[in-house]
Amino acid sequence: MDISKDLVAASAAPLVLAILAEGDSYGYAIIKRVGELSGGHLQWTDGMLYPVLHRLERLGYVEARWAKAESGRRRRYYCITKAGQAHLQTQRRQWQAVDATLREIWMESSSLPVEWPPLPQWRVEATC
Amino acid sequence: MLTRDEALEAQISHWRSWLRRRPAIRDSDVEELEGHLRDLVTDLRAAGLAADEAFLVAVKRLGDLDAVSREFAREHSERLWKQLVMAKDADGEPSGSPLREGTVVIALAAAAGAAIKLPELFGYPHIGSGDGFFDAATFYFPNVSFFVFPFLAGYFAWKRRLDRAGCVRLALTFAAAAVAINALPFTAGGHTQTLAALHLPIALWLAVGIAYSGGRWFDGNRRMDFVRFSGELFIYYVLMALGGGVLTGFTAVSFAAIGADVEWFAQQWMLPCGAMGAVIVGAWLVEAKQSVVENMAPVLTRLFTPLFAVVLLALLATMAWTGSGIDMDREVLIGFDLLLAVVLGLLLYAISARDVQAPPGAFDALQLLLVVCALVVDAVALSAIAGRISEFGLSPNRAAALGENLVLLVNLAWSAWLYARFLTGRGTFSALERWQTAYLPVFAVWAAFVVVAFPALFGFV
Repeated sequence: MDISKDLVAASAAPLVLAILAEGDSYGYAIIKRVGELSGGHLQWTDGMLYPVLHRLERLGYVEARWAKAESGRRRRYYCITKAGQAHLQTQRRQWQAVDATLREIWMESSSLPVEWPPLPQWRVEATC
Repeated sequence: MLTRDEALEAQISHWRSWLRRRPAIRDSDVEELEGHLRDLVTDLRAAGLAADEAFLVAVKRLGDLDAVSREFAREHSERLWKQLVMAKDADGEPSGSPLREGTVVIALAAAAGAAIKLPELFGYPHIGSGDGFFDAATFYFPNVSFFVFPFLAGYFAWKRRLDRAGCVRLALTFAAAAVAINALPFTAGGHTQTLAALHLPIALWLAVGIAYSGGRWFDGNRRMDFVRFSGELFIYYVLMALGGGVLTGFTAVSFAAIGADVEWFAQQWMLPCGAMGAVIVGAWLVEAKQSVVENMAPVLTRLFTPLFAVVLLALLATMAWTGSGIDMDREVLIGFDLLLAVVLGLLLYAISARDVQAPPGAFDALQLLLVVCALVVDAVALSAIAGRISEFGLSPNRAAALGENLVLLVNLAWSAWLYARFLTGRGTFSALERWQTAYLPVFAVWAAFVVVAFPALFGFV
């Protein structure tokens, strides 16, 4: 099952923030984590992640720093800020409201068999 | 024969040079993307793929370079202001041929030039006529916006494919403004009429901005683009005015040499029609030639920010040294309004050209120093004018000058605060950018207030 482009785009920012709330990370690792979490359903074009990260940085939700990776190359690490944490909480409530609404109606019309994956749990303390 | 790793390195460097050619992608972005590519290749090889296979799969996973660079462009429009990639964007930006656009521009410029001559058909004195000059001025001065702004807005409405509702709203705005400025019972040549005439273009410039943004006025990036556009248009216009002056002078002198008097033509046709048409042509040049001329406004800003800072510091030092206050003779507050406006302009164009992600630098500190100096000087001026107003009451001119001062003061004071936060690492630069773009309508609202409410408040004097 491929998730539509619009949904992928809309969920990109909260997903990235949520992954960074687990701990500092960098682009490639974030992509891998998205793959793990979604069981491969969320297919991102890898290159599209970076404009999203840069937008979050401009908005002050994440901070970035260059650091040496094990390979000896420089790598850009991102960490979530306090403002990012707050934004993530707002986003989370909004997505839960949407999710709850959809569940409600799909429970009533039970013709569609649906399996719901468990919600991931996020740490909430600021990391930077 | 190359080893596999060398072949891979060659492929990666080829890919990197392709990426570098994209104007919206900076070297640091290339490095970040390259790191991603290499991580991907390493993992794919660990999973058993050969080096060249791994490279192909990794490049595919990173995505179509055009699409990726378009996303970068969307996020970093400031990098691209010069490049016009946005204009060829997939989502409804125009793709009309340059020839077609040129035709539209020339038609609109000609229409603007003709519009300024139109009132003469209805018996109004021609602009710049000697005897009836006062009459001419009282008609043309307040109305000059209407001979050119609707055409400019029309150009952008066409270019950005503004929807029907947006076009209707624009037309209604211009119509309402035209009715207001002409139907209010002003005393001819009075203070409130002069003030209204001066403020109307500022208010209507917002309408042009809405057309410029193609209806996406609430997008901060779009507003910043409009600020950039305004600065560049101003510079182009000044350059064209210089060229036009040379052309006019040459016409007059060369025809005089063969005994033909064409001064009337230069004064009544070349000057007014040229002045109107040049705005449209200038707008088109800014749109089309962004890549030819480097952004001038930010360059001038770099040049003049230190100079203005030095002059203001010297002014403050002299005032402190001699202990002399500002002499509030006449309407000197206007002068301080202009000072604040210049400082705001310097700030705005420095912001518009700055890389949002760059860390605070020496120029930022200088910018903050400039703003703070201007605020101190203005505070001294305001305290001086306050005494004068309590003594002589509020004339419309003084009220307008004071209002402008407050509008600018609020903007600069909060900018200074945000700048200080940014410099001390407690705030982001984009907060400052957002503040400036959010504040733009305030100028237009205040100008509209002066046009519409001042005459009634002050009895149309």
